[in-house]
Amino acid sequence: MSRVLVPCHVKGTVALQVGDVRTSQGRPGVLVIDVTFPSVAPFELQEIVFKNYYTAFLTIRVRQHTSTHTPAKWVTCLRDYCLMPDPHSEEGAQEYVSLFKHQMLCDMAQVLELRLILRQPSPLWLSFTVEELQIYQQGPKSPSMTFPKWLSHPVPCEQPTPLLEGLPDPSRVSSEVQQMWALTEMIRASHTSTRIGRFDVDGCYDLNLLSYT
Amino acid sequence: MLQEESDLSLIIAQIVQKLKGSNLYAQLERQAWASLQRPEIKLESLKEDIKEFFKISGWEKKLQNAVYSELSVFPLPSHPAAPPEHLKEPLVYMRKAQRPVGEQKELLNKWNEMGTDEPDLSLFRPVYAPKDFLEVLINLRNPNYENGDSLSFRTHLGLIQVPLKVKDIPELKELFVELGLTTGQLGIDDSTQVPPELFENEHVRIGQKVLTEQDSAAAQQYIRQGSPTALRAELWALILNISSHPEDILYYEQLKTNVIQHDLLVDSLIYKDVKLTASNDDYYFVFEDYLYQVLLCFSRDTSVLSHFAYNSASPPKSYIRGKLGLEEYAVFYPPNGVIPFHGFSMYVAPLCFLYHEPSKLYQIFREMYVRFFFRLHSISSHPSGIVSLCLLFETLLQTYLPQLFYHLREIGAQPLRISFKWMVRAFSGYLATDQLLLLWDRILGYNSLEILAVLAAAVFAFRAVNLMEVTSLAAAEAVLADLSTLKVMPLLQIFLFATVT
Repeated sequence: MSRVLVPCHVKGTVALQVGDVRTSQGRPGVLVIDVTFPSVAPFELQEIVFKNYYTAFLTIRVRQHTSTHTPAKWVTCLRDYCLMPDPHSEEGAQEYVSLFKHQMLCDMAQVLELRLILRQPSPLWLSFTVEELQIYQQGPKSPSMTFPKWLSHPVPCEQPTPLLEGLPDPSRVSSEVQQMWALTEMIRASHTSTRIGRFDVDGCYDLNLLSYT
Repeated sequence: MLQEESDLSLIIAQIVQKLKGSNLYAQLERQAWASLQRPEIKLESLKEDIKEFFKISGWEKKLQNAVYSELSVFPLPSHPAAPPEHLKEPLVYMRKAQRPVGEQKELLNKWNEMGTDEPDLSLFRPVYAPKDFLEVLINLRNPNYENGDSLSFRTHLGLIQVPLKVKDIPELKELFVELGLTTGQLGIDDSTQVPPELFENEHVRIGQKVLTEQDSAAAQQYIRQGSPTALRAELWALILNISSHPEDILYYEQLKTNVIQHDLLVDSLIYKDVKLTASNDDYYFVFEDYLYQVLLCFSRDTSVLSHFAYNSASPPKSYIRGKLGLEEYAVFYPPNGVIPFHGFSMYVAPLCFLYHEPSKLYQIFREMYVRFFFRLHSISSHPSGIVSLCLLFETLLQTYLPQLFYHLREIGAQPLRISFKWMVRAFSGYLATDQLLLLWDRILGYNSLEILAVLAAAVFAFRAVNLMEVTSLAAAEAVLADLSTLKVMPLLQIFLFATVT
């Protein structure tokens, strides 16, 4: 299904920590990233794509637009999604992840703002975050382009010009060309990646031909 | 659920794409055309009748085997946003640890200096030995990892400092369940004291049945309990999906012609390696000619380049002079992209016991290389990669033989320094040949190299008493110098299933 990238503004990460940041010994284990959509109206979220960097668990909260006059509330749409099965080891640490609409706990029809809460309980990693964050909304169901006028209102058929002498019948030629075109399409469709297996250039493989720079 | 379905259809589409270019597709098409002559194929139910025909004539089995072999090799489909480097190796710092491009070009320079027509082998040094490779692995560091001076619960006391996920003994017991104490094994239950009626005869009978059925998946399951010597060659060919078609023999002959026509610098490296390793070995010196035939052809085989799609390494590339940067004038050197290191010929030597025909021997070796052996000398985070195997070995030793590990560390004999050369060569040249073939049976059966690390730990456990008394690295190496009397399967069984934890 088609999807359209939504331009978003990712605010800087905020670390949540108990106590004074300067004096405490440990590193923060919870980070919050706010994502706003300043130039876009409330939209329906289709997919969230990002590259993980050592985040173990992800929670997403969403604020949706409501039609009534009640202020929009934050709702959790994804709770403690596990990105790294073992937070102490490298598995899943740098993977690309996609999250879809159907995995969310609530309806994502009128998204105003997103908040990503990242958790990494292991003290082994110096930092953690998510990178290359991209938000997609549902693409248009049918193409909304308009047809050019001459395509939707064809000109009535003119009288065909008389055949020049000696040339073959155009309708027969066109049907043969059509068959050949179908063959080439078939060959192009079954494109294989098998190699021919030659490694020489014009029959020789002289080391001196290679450049050293 | 939606995601799994779309993943499945993606895998199916990719496998179909791959198989369409293969020989099997053309043969199936030809068979389908030929079957139209048969009386039982009716025009109304053409599709079902042809499918039925394929099932009866055994072609469906061949297709099943081909799909199964693709699945064994195929990496999981990656996320669409992931670049191709990510598919080769997901961890960025391991990608960067590959030999940089500048150094690769420098190597090319050095080779040309030595001269292409000098047969004097004394000028050649092996490109690198397992020892050098170990130094590279020891220096792998994750920049995001806390490598503080204070000892914490996760300090790595061994040589490998990378926090990869490795299995512990309960998980290994689950993986290697067919090696358990209550299951019959070749290598244990076929010894002379055990009457053959208990296990061996039945096992051989099942093996023959698997061969007549020609089913790859069943063969892979069967071989986990070991393969009878008489059936081993065919079973391995079935699991690796190798069949001797005239096209394959022709391909091998073409490679042979390439060997005769073109001279490659890598050939000298191969000659030197064979002379230094296999020719000096008591078991393998008779196969010297076979080794040349296979390895010289292997270095010219460009179809090996396709495995670099899932190998974390990249083949060294160079450009025709004057056309730097233009992809049409790029060549890989050597043509198959694999630079042989010291001991490379030992991967081929045990196979010479099984296959006498050069083209079949060549195909089996090539398939074993692109499925398993390449992982033993490239840096990657794969669970069967050499880094994970080293870490698995050290973790097993540290967890289950802590006194031995501590003692060896104290005397300056880190256990990995001794066992690394065993694992890099998949124990070839260290074990007796029949034991080695039993071990390689299990590698094929479980489609993973983790058993090498388990065996290395089991060997240390076996010689623990002697090792506790040594006081230097040299003495420790002397205790573990000769493995040729060891029996592989009892060691593995005791270590996995009979050690009190």
